[in-house]
Amino acid sequence: MVELDPLWLTLKLAFLTTLILFIIAIPLAAWLSHKKSVFKTIVEVIVSMPLVLPPSVIGFYMLLAFSPGNALGALLEKWFDLRLVFSFPGLLIASVIYSLPFMVHPIQSGLFSLPPSLKEASYSLGKTKQQTLFRVLLPNVKSSVLTGLVLTFAHTVGEFGVVLMIGGNIPGKTRTASVAVYDEVEAFNYQHANIYAAILLILSFVILLLMYLYNRKMAQVKIF
Amino acid sequence: MINFVLQKNLHTANGKMHLQVDLQIESGSFVSIYGSSGAGKTSILRMLAGFMQPGNGFIQLNDDTWFDSKNRINKSPQQRSIGFVFQDYALFPNMTVQENIAFGLRKNDDKKIVSELLELTGLNNFASRKIDALSGGQKQRVALARAIAKKPLLLLLDEPLSAIDNMMRSQLQTTLLELHRHFTLTTILVSHDMDEIVKLSDAVIHLEHGKVERNTTPASFFMQANDTSMLTGKVISIEDNGSRTLNVVLLNNRLIKVNSTREDVNFKVGDKVEVVYNDAVPLIRKL
Repeated sequence: MVELDPLWLTLKLAFLTTLILFIIAIPLAAWLSHKKSVFKTIVEVIVSMPLVLPPSVIGFYMLLAFSPGNALGALLEKWFDLRLVFSFPGLLIASVIYSLPFMVHPIQSGLFSLPPSLKEASYSLGKTKQQTLFRVLLPNVKSSVLTGLVLTFAHTVGEFGVVLMIGGNIPGKTRTASVAVYDEVEAFNYQHANIYAAILLILSFVILLLMYLYNRKMAQVKIF
Repeated sequence: MINFVLQKNLHTANGKMHLQVDLQIESGSFVSIYGSSGAGKTSILRMLAGFMQPGNGFIQLNDDTWFDSKNRINKSPQQRSIGFVFQDYALFPNMTVQENIAFGLRKNDDKKIVSELLELTGLNNFASRKIDALSGGQKQRVALARAIAKKPLLLLLDEPLSAIDNMMRSQLQTTLLELHRHFTLTTILVSHDMDEIVKLSDAVIHLEHGKVERNTTPASFFMQANDTSMLTGKVISIEDNGSRTLNVVLLNNRLIKVNSTREDVNFKVGDKVEVVYNDAVPLIRKL
């Protein structure tokens, strides 16, 4: 019998990653969609890095940073009694960084595509930047926000390299479904591998299908 | 009274331009800014609203300083008592007509203004419609009502009627004038349309290349004594009623009737003529 733990862990990781990124990405995307400066361009590049870097590279550097032998890892352990390598919190942080562009880019481009007069109209009616963002701008880029949420969730479900590097393969703690597929194949247990793989395949297909159907209804499909 | 001096180097489609204006506008008046595109009209509105920062100068509304480059005062649009109507309406598509109009109200403001404005703009039956379900004219009514709902001291209109067909435009002009009077607003309108300016405004500011060329009344602005352009036309038919002759003249694709007495030169059908005014009575002269 296949264990369900890796699937639950995958869903938990994807859900928490999406939630955390949703909170981080909105102010970040709003800030990036304004006028450009050199500093902003650099931040934009950093946000986009996970799109082009091999996951193993990101995982490798995070492994170095979080390991208790290095400054950051030592500091975290000393002050917060927190060891991030080979643990779920570490996995979560890595996955938030790794999926950052998938949440930020759709929201950023959605906000950028709105006419500037919407923002100015709201300011002229006495509303602050925050009130304008939450009451005027975001409600008018719903499909972009949904795209960000769905892509982040689906991308986290499909994550492999970063998970393996930073989380290792600890059953019940850091062994996600994608790692479990790999593990079962290594053990020539193709039948089990197939079950995990098929579930991931169907899950990803259904998630994306629902998103496209919704966005088609909104008649403004926007993915990057 | 709004009093302002604005200076700024602007980058326009025709290259760099230095905007420099010094204007006073009486409270309660309706002033139009007229000029070719790229003259800096919209920039003036945007600086008054606080969307664009002037390089130098000041903006003073009664005793309230909105901008002063010397004393480093620059109030945000939120802190200025303005209503702004955009060329593209800038309505919020996620809200209904009513919600758009009520958006600018503060917590303790009287909500009655919303129904009053719905009434005045003839939008009563559309209160709970979404913005996408409105025509251009209706959208601009909503935009106007929304800008006025918070009772601003200064209403700024950036070519609000340019995208609207003639019939609707004329109705909207009437509504605009009624609202301006009803709420005793000080209104500044950017417009290209002579009809509109003459119909609505007390004063017209002619702006070219970032400088004020003339600041006068619409009548004296558009009816210049030294106007050298002639009204020329062609005699189409002649009706004789005894002592008078009635000449029908084709002028700019329109037919007008002009009297002439027996003593006048006899016109023939097909004559090319010039229409001139003598004490507001039209006369024709052979060319």
